[in-house]
Amino acid sequence: MTVAATSIGTPGDLVSATASDSALRRFLHGLPGVDQVGAEARVGNLATRSIKAEAKRWALDLAVRTIDLTTLEGADTPGKVRSLCAKAIQPDPDDRTCQSVAAVCVYPDLVAVASQALAGSGVAVASVATAFPSGRARLDVKLTDVAGAVEAGADEIDMVVDRGAFLAGRYGEVLDEIRQVKGACGPAHLKVILETGELATLDNVRRASWLAMAGGADFIKTSTGKVTPAATLPVALVMLEAVRDFADLTGTEVGVKVAGGIRSAKDALRYLVVVHETAGAEWLRPERFRFGASSLLNDVLMQRAKQRTGRYHSPDRVTID
Amino acid sequence: MVRRPAARPVRGGERLEVRKTYKLYVGGAFPRSESGRSYEVLDGRGRLLANAARASRKDARDAVVAARKAGPAWSGATAYNRGQVLYRVAEVLEGRADQFAAEVATAEGLTAARARRAVEATVDRWVWYAGWADKFAQVGGSANPVAGPYFNFSVPEPTGVVAVLAPQGSSLLGLCSVLAPVMVGGNSCVVVASEARPLPAVTLAEVLATSDVPGGTVNVLTGRTAELAPVLADHLDVNGLDLTGVAGDAALAADLEARAAENTKRLHRAPGAEPDWTAAPDGPHRILTWCETKTVWHPVGT
Amino acid sequence: MTAVPDQGTPTWAKAPSPKPRDLAPTHPTNGLFIGGEFVDPADGGSFTTVEPATGERLAEVALATTPDVDRAVKAARRAFRRWSSRPAAERGRYLFRIARIIQERSRELAVLESIDNGKPIRETRDVDLPLVAAHFFHHAGWADKLAWAGLGPNPRPLGVAGQIIPWNFPLLMLSWKIAPALACGNTVVLKPAETTPLTALAFAEICQQADLPAGVVNIVTGAGDTGRALVEHPGVDKIAFTGSTEVGKAIARAVAGTAKKLTLELGGKAANVVFDDAPVDEAVEGIVNGIFFNQGHVCCAGSRLLVQESVHDPVVARLQRRLGTLRLGDPLDKNTDIGAVNSAEQLERITELVAAGEAEGAVPWQPDCRLPERGWWHAPTIFTGVAQSHRVAREEIFGPVLSVLTFRTPDEAVAKANNTTYGLSAGVWTEKGSRILWMAERLRAGVVWANTFNRFDPASPFGGYKESGFGREGGRQGLASYLDAGAVG
Repeated sequence: MTVAATSIGTPGDLVSATASDSALRRFLHGLPGVDQVGAEARVGNLATRSIKAEAKRWALDLAVRTIDLTTLEGADTPGKVRSLCAKAIQPDPDDRTCQSVAAVCVYPDLVAVASQALAGSGVAVASVATAFPSGRARLDVKLTDVAGAVEAGADEIDMVVDRGAFLAGRYGEVLDEIRQVKGACGPAHLKVILETGELATLDNVRRASWLAMAGGADFIKTSTGKVTPAATLPVALVMLEAVRDFADLTGTEVGVKVAGGIRSAKDALRYLVVVHETAGAEWLRPERFRFGASSLLNDVLMQRAKQRTGRYHSPDRVTID
Repeated sequence: MVRRPAARPVRGGERLEVRKTYKLYVGGAFPRSESGRSYEVLDGRGRLLANAARASRKDARDAVVAARKAGPAWSGATAYNRGQVLYRVAEVLEGRADQFAAEVATAEGLTAARARRAVEATVDRWVWYAGWADKFAQVGGSANPVAGPYFNFSVPEPTGVVAVLAPQGSSLLGLCSVLAPVMVGGNSCVVVASEARPLPAVTLAEVLATSDVPGGTVNVLTGRTAELAPVLADHLDVNGLDLTGVAGDAALAADLEARAAENTKRLHRAPGAEPDWTAAPDGPHRILTWCETKTVWHPVGT
Repeated sequence: MTAVPDQGTPTWAKAPSPKPRDLAPTHPTNGLFIGGEFVDPADGGSFTTVEPATGERLAEVALATTPDVDRAVKAARRAFRRWSSRPAAERGRYLFRIARIIQERSRELAVLESIDNGKPIRETRDVDLPLVAAHFFHHAGWADKLAWAGLGPNPRPLGVAGQIIPWNFPLLMLSWKIAPALACGNTVVLKPAETTPLTALAFAEICQQADLPAGVVNIVTGAGDTGRALVEHPGVDKIAFTGSTEVGKAIARAVAGTAKKLTLELGGKAANVVFDDAPVDEAVEGIVNGIFFNQGHVCCAGSRLLVQESVHDPVVARLQRRLGTLRLGDPLDKNTDIGAVNSAEQLERITELVAAGEAEGAVPWQPDCRLPERGWWHAPTIFTGVAQSHRVAREEIFGPVLSVLTFRTPDEAVAKANNTTYGLSAGVWTEKGSRILWMAERLRAGVVWANTFNRFDPASPFGGYKESGFGREGGRQGLASYLDAGAVG
């Protein structure tokens, strides 16, 4: 069922939309609007879903498996990254059944360290690039940034869109940059960070999502984590609607990554509910959905332990890395 | 058999008066009853004043159709415009005050001075209601502070077509006191004039016809109240029913109310006796009786 | 990839999560609440209230007959003299107390409402009960401010109000009736619906807990005959009724020629108008909320979807996909979206109209959804290809059944939306501001939801145009239903 077919357009529309600046503007501004209050009410409703027992155990495991364990500090060191990688591979030393996280996310200069530490583990190396987090650098610098990270072993590149160009309405420029970064990624997967906190409106989030997908994004990602607000449920809802409609239109399933400010297992489960009831069960896997987080993992581990043992857990029993 | 006016020969050189034919007022025109019927209207002393049209069921039906058709134009006019039209009614009425005073005096058997005061009070009432046109919505409406991110407001809107049984006693002041509030709110209406004193109502129709009131907004029927009222009470395209004209007739009022229930007409119930129309009206109460409160919600977001 | 559990239903995230029903113990037998006490009915009769989700008997409830109604009206009359002459602030204080007790006991009341009515606990917990408490809290504050309500300089209570409420929002409708009546200084005799009397009786207990003076609130349980006795009782000064248009008209005839004041909140057949520039995802949510909220047992339900022809197919397709995620089942499961139909009788009416829709040529669609074997259920249903002349487009179904019609221009949308004898509510979805206001101006309905649907608030007047009744509930305008503003002429 190509549900979006006539309300968004046809696959041909999308192709022709990217042909010129004015066509692109028409396409993006022709997308259905988002009513903010309605979107907030929808996620508010979904937040009341109650997840118990087997479903909760499964969802907590999924949360672990979809985490991009992240450290993006000026003070990052090889030691810190190696410690994080160990945690990523074996999140819960007390429970060998606990699976690894999806990826470790670091700055480009630490990709080599992470790549070495994670070799053979199945955990991917993700790296932010393109003058993260502001994206304010010349294009050639950004492309060099990306190529360097890929060369050092990054499996996934998290780029930031040029919010300045987007907000100024220079959509063609944004699209062109995404395409060039995609080219520089080579075999690496591209996650496009929209930095929704700076886009301000849900209408912009929808447009930026489509722009990123048209540019070849494998994932669209909410935030850098350096801007407040970072990920929110309404933003995730709108992005999930976008990937759902894009899949209807093109047959291509783009992933969604929510990043920044998600710290509790309870929050994570709420996102998973929104994923499930918006994009569908197909998106409930690391290939289609990620959490970008650091402290979230420990809370999920504590909840897993609670499910396993029936006792509420102590933070002393999970590792600080 | 009624008493005829004493035949008075026309003296030499005296002009033979041109008498007026009192007809209905429907859709902006002055037709006779489609039934061809008329009835004799007498003055306070039982002398013949005129043969008024005796409206039929079909006339009532036509009047409702005309009122419905006029609805969008009148209710769609700006409140300021409606206020000006009502004020214009007062102006034209004032200009014809002598004529109305004479008609009211003969119709109600009043002294010239009392009739004159009734006409002046009528003019004042139109002016008073004209002033309400762009205010009652502020008084009757509201901005509602709901507990959520919504802009929410309520406004009074016209009920639609109102059937008005005009007071039987006060042929002009009473009539205008019930008619003006119906009009201010943006309703169109069918008025059944006082059965025994219908002539000032027909002359008022001439005022309305020359005061920029869109044709069909007000339709005036003369005839038997007991014959016309049930038709209007039963009519499914009438939204409201003012029973003032059957004051004191509890049995007829009850019957009409029961008929009106079929399409949940808004009612102004019959008072026990005809009110003193010289008293000041009760604020915008009567206007709001013929209004529906509409509440609109809209989210507030970016 | 690990298999998604519970993939048979598309709702893994909604594993059953029932609320313990012993939160709301039901009494085996229940008396009438008259003069501040639970009393036995004069002729000892009773009737059974059953649980719609199972069809099982819940409790026996006293059946009030004419002598009981008479006793209740007399109790209300006795109480009226003191209640109306007390300091207004004191009346307000009782209402504040009641609001607080409702908040304190809201979980218990939510569970009881779910059991007796069949509606999902998510709705009773998140919609009904918060609004019930809010309604009392809002009106509590009015009690000593009536002179400033703009209804006249010296508004007076009407006396004894007879109030008859339906089964779709039992406690919420009770609050819409009782809170303004008491705030304005009236006393009441309230008759809850015969299929959902239990929360009204729990409310009677709350009145006792609040030390509300005896006779200010009286509750008589029973069916149509009980209601008729209340309407016809000469000691009643005011009748407030919410329910079917048919019964509303009968009540209007019954009070014809009496001095009783009347307000009616009756049926509806609301149009939900979706333009091609609508925020489509939120519109789909609004359509779902408009017709499937409370199993469609909502007088203001958006039961006619009027969608611009150019976007008919994608809107319907999105709607169908969304319906696939609705979960129907145990009302006490916190994840249930659609609960049980309130009664066998109501299910029969829904089924009959759905059959008529099919027979007339409309095309039904239902998501893949298993209905429980016991109790009364109806799957969410969408009819496409509906014409204005079809019964499913004209008659109030009062169930989870949506009729989809199309329009081409704004004028046509207005004409079709208004082409009904009802006029309770309407919806409009478009991103164009001036069009929203243009539509809102022309839709002949008491409530217009623009880019939203089925929102309620005690400060927001609610009530119908045309045969959806007259009078308003809520807000400043709602007070007029319980006050004599001293009209002349």
